Amino acid sequence: MAVARPRKQQRLVLALVALAVLAAAGVIAMFALEDTAAYFRAPADIEANPPAPGETFRLGGLVKPGSVGRSDDGLTLLFTVTDMKAETSASYRGLVPDLFREGQGVIATGRLDASGHFEAEQLLAKHDENYMPPEVAKALEGTGHPMDKTAAKGG
Amino acid sequence: MIPEIGHFALWLAAAAALLQAVAPTVGLWRNDAGLQRLAVPAAVAQGLFTALAFAALTWAFVVSDFSVKLVAANSHSMKPDMYRFTGVWANHEGSLLLWVLVMALAGLAIAFTPATLGSRFRDRVLSVQGLVALGFFAFLLLASNPFERLSPAPTEGQGLNPLLQDPGLAFHPPLLYAGYVGLSVAFAFAVGGMLENRVGPAWARATRPWVLGAWALLTLGIALGSYWAYYELGWGGWWFWDPVENAALMPWLAATALLHSLVVVMKRDALRAWTLLLAVAAFSLSMMGTFIVRSGLLTSVHAFAVDPARGLFLVVLMALYIGGALTIYALAAGRVAEGRQFHLVSRESVLVANNLLISAILGVVFLGTLYPMALEAATGTQISVGPPYFNRTTLPLLLAMTALMAVGPFLGWKRSGTGHLAARLLPAGAAAAVFVLVAAWPFGVRGVGWLLGFGAAAWLGAASLSMLLRKGVTLAIAGMALAHLGVAISILGATASGALQREALVALRVGDAVELGPWRAELLDVRPVAGPNWTAIEAQLEVKREGHRGAVLKPQSRMFVAPAQETTESGRAGWRTGELYAVLGKPDGSGRWQVHLWVKPMVRLIWWGGLLMAFGGLLALGGKLRAFAPHKWRRQLARPAQGAA
Repeated sequence: MAVARPRKQQRLVLALVALAVLAAAGVIAMFALEDTAAYFRAPADIEANPPAPGETFRLGGLVKPGSVGRSDDGLTLLFTVTDMKAETSASYRGLVPDLFREGQGVIATGRLDASGHFEAEQLLAKHDENYMPPEVAKALEGTGHPMDKTAAKGG
Repeated sequence: MIPEIGHFALWLAAAAALLQAVAPTVGLWRNDAGLQRLAVPAAVAQGLFTALAFAALTWAFVVSDFSVKLVAANSHSMKPDMYRFTGVWANHEGSLLLWVLVMALAGLAIAFTPATLGSRFRDRVLSVQGLVALGFFAFLLLASNPFERLSPAPTEGQGLNPLLQDPGLAFHPPLLYAGYVGLSVAFAFAVGGMLENRVGPAWARATRPWVLGAWALLTLGIALGSYWAYYELGWGGWWFWDPVENAALMPWLAATALLHSLVVVMKRDALRAWTLLLAVAAFSLSMMGTFIVRSGLLTSVHAFAVDPARGLFLVVLMALYIGGALTIYALAAGRVAEGRQFHLVSRESVLVANNLLISAILGVVFLGTLYPMALEAATGTQISVGPPYFNRTTLPLLLAMTALMAVGPFLGWKRSGTGHLAARLLPAGAAAAVFVLVAAWPFGVRGVGWLLGFGAAAWLGAASLSMLLRKGVTLAIAGMALAHLGVAISILGATASGALQREALVALRVGDAVELGPWRAELLDVRPVAGPNWTAIEAQLEVKREGHRGAVLKPQSRMFVAPAQETTESGRAGWRTGELYAVLGKPDGSGRWQVHLWVKPMVRLIWWGGLLMAFGGLLALGGKLRAFAPHKWRRQLARPAQGAA
């Protein structure tokens, strides 16, 4: 008896400690998720329900043809993202991914400034010219934009 | 003709896998030794036929047989020879064929290594392996046939994604797959151990070499993948917390925990049930990794190989295997008696604590990786979870783990005094203090996180070194100490390259220069160059500082011929253990070129640390294979086996 009890006790204590540590990690993780998760928004979503300035989110859509320009510092890219229903003007300071093209899909992570202009911190580098980010494809569904089903498949 | 032979061989291999799964199971159930003994010949047949199928597909790629659909879709006659060969597994079907090939080779290895737990157990393990392989054969043959023909055959192929035309492709996927498959062996040992009621120290001793090997290969594969992403993607980072990276990290974390809990089973016959669960989890996470990469559910840097329909097949397959294993676990858990109890201050209790921390890291990575998918499936809301989440949750846990990793090896099994501990950890504490002070003053590092990183690296590094220098170090202990040293070196590299990095984003004319701390970079020239299947614009950027002879970085912007696609090639030069790293952007229309330049001190330590970890694992594995060791070592190796076990 004298041996059996501490063994059982030890298992219980171990299990409780393990549970406490994992629960604490879980709670911290949920808070961190709440804080840091970036929502995906298309320009029409922004128009319908504008996010607070300063909130980090992912803007997705097509790069509007003819909208791409560059500011005087030679480093800042100016472009407009469209989902055929609404448009958002955006800028990005940095090297542009190889597959960034007018008329192609794009996902940018960043935030809106007070005037509703989107400042991107990161442009998603797509790795296949035929590849359409799933979020963008979904946002464009039903907007009448022609989408080649086979082209969206990728290599 | 040869593709048809390959296709036929694949069916025969599947049949052999079926035989390997069924015959020993029935044989063991009915006590029919004849049926049971079919396990080994079936494994041999599976190995030979799978190798034949793989050779046939390789042949089709090497000779550019575009009548094979897979070759036409992924290869090109102008592709350099090396990438014709590695291109075999740079696509969905081929990579799965590689998976079953590695799995069949693992089956051969099980069949022909000494069966320390008896032939009955070996045949049981082979039958589980056969069953797992069978599912993947079914997936290949029914949903992803690599030998499908095209009629009429196109005259030219569509080419391989230029990002994959890199030597990294030769090693990264095979290493990861070998690691995953090694974990399938641990899975088979766990299921076999439960069915045969053999879980105990001897079982742990037989399982551990497979886990060690798998872990070392996974470590190499992940380190190589990180290095590849670092120089190829041109973002200046080495880990992106991309879902596909996490998919490889999670089995690695589970394997790391398993490696350590197996030692507790081996030495103290405790933690049996937990160890079995880890073995099941490690392989389940490997399959989930494949599922995530192949299903296309995620926007990811690996999103070039996607097909949702096939994802469903993999989900069903995975559910069957994991569900089956967990059912056996639930049924066997009662029979797997708990081991002995242990004292709070002992090596096993530190190993338990570290197992717990690794599981917590695994848990938060799992949550961050899968939560976006689950949320979208449930509510349609699309979110992305990125580095801010992962850094905030995993780094504190990693820090706590590092603190304990230095302590554990100095404690004895069962019950340990704390008297010697302070003296033994003195060098580690001193090293940590020195590193933090040096980082804070001469180098001016601010930020508690960075300073803790320096401290943790020094603490673990010094403790591991002093472990290495102790008397009577066995190969297993040396392997452990080196692997821990590798972790410390990686942490140092990650911390230093982050805390001391300098970065400039500029638009330069030829002849312009930019200052970057003590460094000065001058754009010497921008000119066209050509490769075998690409042309490029190459910048020549001279970077130098006082007391350094300087280096010319040559970043390129490449245009591939087939498929017509642009890629960015970073220009890099080593500087001590650090790197100078440049990426060339677009011309701005007024004669200036965009250049992104980084100085990353000690960044190479990240991957050197990874190599050292893998080397440590292999060294410990070498300790297991003492039959092959020279005589002098053998005596030394024999000691712990008689003593502690």
